[in-house]
Amino acid sequence: MRKTINLKKGLNMRLEGQLTDTCPVADVKPEKIAIVPDDYPGFLPKPEVKEGETVIQGAPLMHDKNDPDVKLVSPICGTVESITRGARRKIERIVVKRSNSDSTPTAIDVPKSPTGEDVRKALKVSGLWAMMRRRPYDILPMDSDRPRDIFVTGMDTAPLSIDLYRTVAGKEAEMAKGVEALKSLTKGSVYISVAQGSNMPDIKGAEIVEFNNLHPAGNAGVQIANIAPVNKGDVVWCLDIVTLVKIGELMLTGRVDFTVTVAVTGSEVEHPKIVTTLPGAPLAQLLENDVKEDGRHHRIISGNVLTGTNEGIEGYLRYPYRQVTVIPEGDDTDEFMGWASLSPNKMSESRSFLGRFLGKKFNPDARLNGGRRAMIMSGVYDRYIPMDIEPEYLLKAIIARDIDRMEALGIYEVAPEDFALAEYADPSKLELQRIVREGLDYMRKEA
Amino acid sequence: MKALRNYLNRIKPNFEPGGKLHALQSVFEGFETFLYTPNTTSKSGVNIHDSLDSKRIMIIVVLSLMPCLLFGMYNTGYQNWLAAGATEFPFWQLIGYGFLAVLPRITVAYIVGLGIEFAVAQWRHEEIQEGFLVTGILIPLICPIETPLWMLAVATAFSVIFVKEVFGGTGYNVFNVALVTRAFLFFAYPAQMSGDKVFVSSKSILGLGYDLPDGFTGATPLGQIASFSGDKLELLNLRGDAISAWDAFVGLIPGSFGETSTLCILIGAVILLATGIASWRIMLSVVAGGLLMGWIANVFETPTYPASFLSPLDQLLYGGFAFAAVFMATDPVTAARTGTGKYIYGLLVGVMAVLIRTYNNGYPEGAMLAVLLANALAPLIDYCVVQVNVSRRMRRLKERAGA
Repeated sequence: MRKTINLKKGLNMRLEGQLTDTCPVADVKPEKIAIVPDDYPGFLPKPEVKEGETVIQGAPLMHDKNDPDVKLVSPICGTVESITRGARRKIERIVVKRSNSDSTPTAIDVPKSPTGEDVRKALKVSGLWAMMRRRPYDILPMDSDRPRDIFVTGMDTAPLSIDLYRTVAGKEAEMAKGVEALKSLTKGSVYISVAQGSNMPDIKGAEIVEFNNLHPAGNAGVQIANIAPVNKGDVVWCLDIVTLVKIGELMLTGRVDFTVTVAVTGSEVEHPKIVTTLPGAPLAQLLENDVKEDGRHHRIISGNVLTGTNEGIEGYLRYPYRQVTVIPEGDDTDEFMGWASLSPNKMSESRSFLGRFLGKKFNPDARLNGGRRAMIMSGVYDRYIPMDIEPEYLLKAIIARDIDRMEALGIYEVAPEDFALAEYADPSKLELQRIVREGLDYMRKEA
Repeated sequence: MKALRNYLNRIKPNFEPGGKLHALQSVFEGFETFLYTPNTTSKSGVNIHDSLDSKRIMIIVVLSLMPCLLFGMYNTGYQNWLAAGATEFPFWQLIGYGFLAVLPRITVAYIVGLGIEFAVAQWRHEEIQEGFLVTGILIPLICPIETPLWMLAVATAFSVIFVKEVFGGTGYNVFNVALVTRAFLFFAYPAQMSGDKVFVSSKSILGLGYDLPDGFTGATPLGQIASFSGDKLELLNLRGDAISAWDAFVGLIPGSFGETSTLCILIGAVILLATGIASWRIMLSVVAGGLLMGWIANVFETPTYPASFLSPLDQLLYGGFAFAAVFMATDPVTAARTGTGKYIYGLLVGVMAVLIRTYNNGYPEGAMLAVLLANALAPLIDYCVVQVNVSRRMRRLKERAGA
């Protein structure tokens, strides 16, 4: 009997520019790719290549100073075009330009029945290690971790997201192999969370849990909190089902299939589509001729509207590679007394706006729609965080940098993305995700 | 609209650092963001934001206070006419009289309060915050109409500075600013602020209304109760007729300017609850607490405490109880913030309000003190509720360690 969990708190936004069942599917071969180490919290980048050097697919571009075995690898064959450094010579990104000679990479040596140590080694060198996260702190797994459980999320509930399970359906053999590999890393269970009605078959060795399709049910943190919450001293790992399949493939063939499936969506996209491409692909290429030419300023987001980063048309697809969203920027509009508006086009969860009752879709822009304030309204955050925590008090403890209180209120259970919906709904327009990230970093440094 | 925007853009440089008028930057920004939704877009974190902001929240609260304000104007005129023994009550004259009576009070509250807010915002280089929009209208509504203007100014300045700004401004205050203004008046000027005279406007204004004789007294129902002795309670209006519960519900009784009409307060409550701005948990439990304590007092009725003769329902209709339940207790900054905490907080307000007014004859009205007391206790209530969550987490840890 499968466990089914019905979450009550959360919100599915009604946004324009959704994928449809008949949307076009395209295959984009990127001219170049960029790998941004900032997408991998906890990873201290040290380059292994120089500008102008030739790399093959799967070759390491950087490694982690904390653990030199953990690599970020190049998903294409080509030459290193640039290594951009920021303040204190920190690497901001490495760009690799595609070359025409597609030499096949050498396979990674994986024993037939690998031990936990073999799996760890293979994951690190293949770059898949960096695609996993650990709680506490929402960072890359550490070498010293003996995870209590491993959580695989098989659903993406973010606004305008792609049906994550559909992108891997039919690859049950790889999943089973992946689960087998993960099983060798933990004494506990491997949980796979899927959406209700996804018809996921049973996978040997994994416990499958079904969630209702209400954002943020797809967040690993929310799933963990509702299956087996993280206690102080616990370490759990989490990854998505696409990575699980890649791990399975690695175990079966010794190679990593780098291809990713990405949803190109948003109200300013002419024809929302599904694109198969490679990590770090240039957004301009993915969006070719598909951004509406309506004279408005556009915000091109790598990721979804809640957790994605504003990249601009010059930007690249960043980790986690699932979505590109284009919405109006909104800095070119002058709205007269917007706070008094009765317009049904204003998107809000407040009952003081008409649009909420009309069941229509919205195309919100990126404006804050108000000024930053202290926390005034109470109980707002709580409505969007289906975990057993007191979000407001946790946030206040973080702002006060009160380590004991943060611990007592459950800082080890949360990740910034869990606060994204609350940040959207907050009438005080506070940067909750940034606050949580700073809190996690502070805890990691101090505790 | 375009012309206005262009005008603002043209004068904006004057207010920026280095400009001639940069000392007024916060004020300019306040007005600019009031007129035009700022087109600042998100820099980090979520890319879209809900359309609700604190400006809209505050304006909805102000809107929900409008029925009380309008009725207060009418009632102020009505009481003056009634006290003078008039037999006809011309609607527009009553309203006009009430308007003229309250206008200076609203003006004084806003000028003093907003003046301080603007100055502090500029001093801290912050945006002007909207909190005082609501406070500024609440203050005249909960004060007696005859409150001298200079007292109102002193009390407003005191509470804006010492109750709000020293704590950090809107969102950080422990006590409800409007209620502290009222409490300051009550305790600093007891001779002028209580008793029988202050609740009825006794002078004609610009030829409207009547000059009442010096010996005139106009006690509020709760004032009559507090000084009542005997064993058959009867409340009288200014003409000497009996006051029915219906009069009290509609609000044609003497009292503080905007809090007499339970009907108008209910309209406000509907607006606040329908838009989801105020917490229904708090309102519900304040009313429940008031009914509960009113019922207990009524069961043990005694001439020593004449207010115990009131039925539980009457307790809700008279004095500031309903107003406190809908507009004062629900202030999200000073109320309890956790879900469970809100029920406890509301019950406390309701019970204390009736308890004080019944068993302490020195204070005919308990709602103000009850809310202030609950404000002081709200952080403690929340602490206990949060602690339940904390200990649940601790228990989980122990169970796991034991297993």
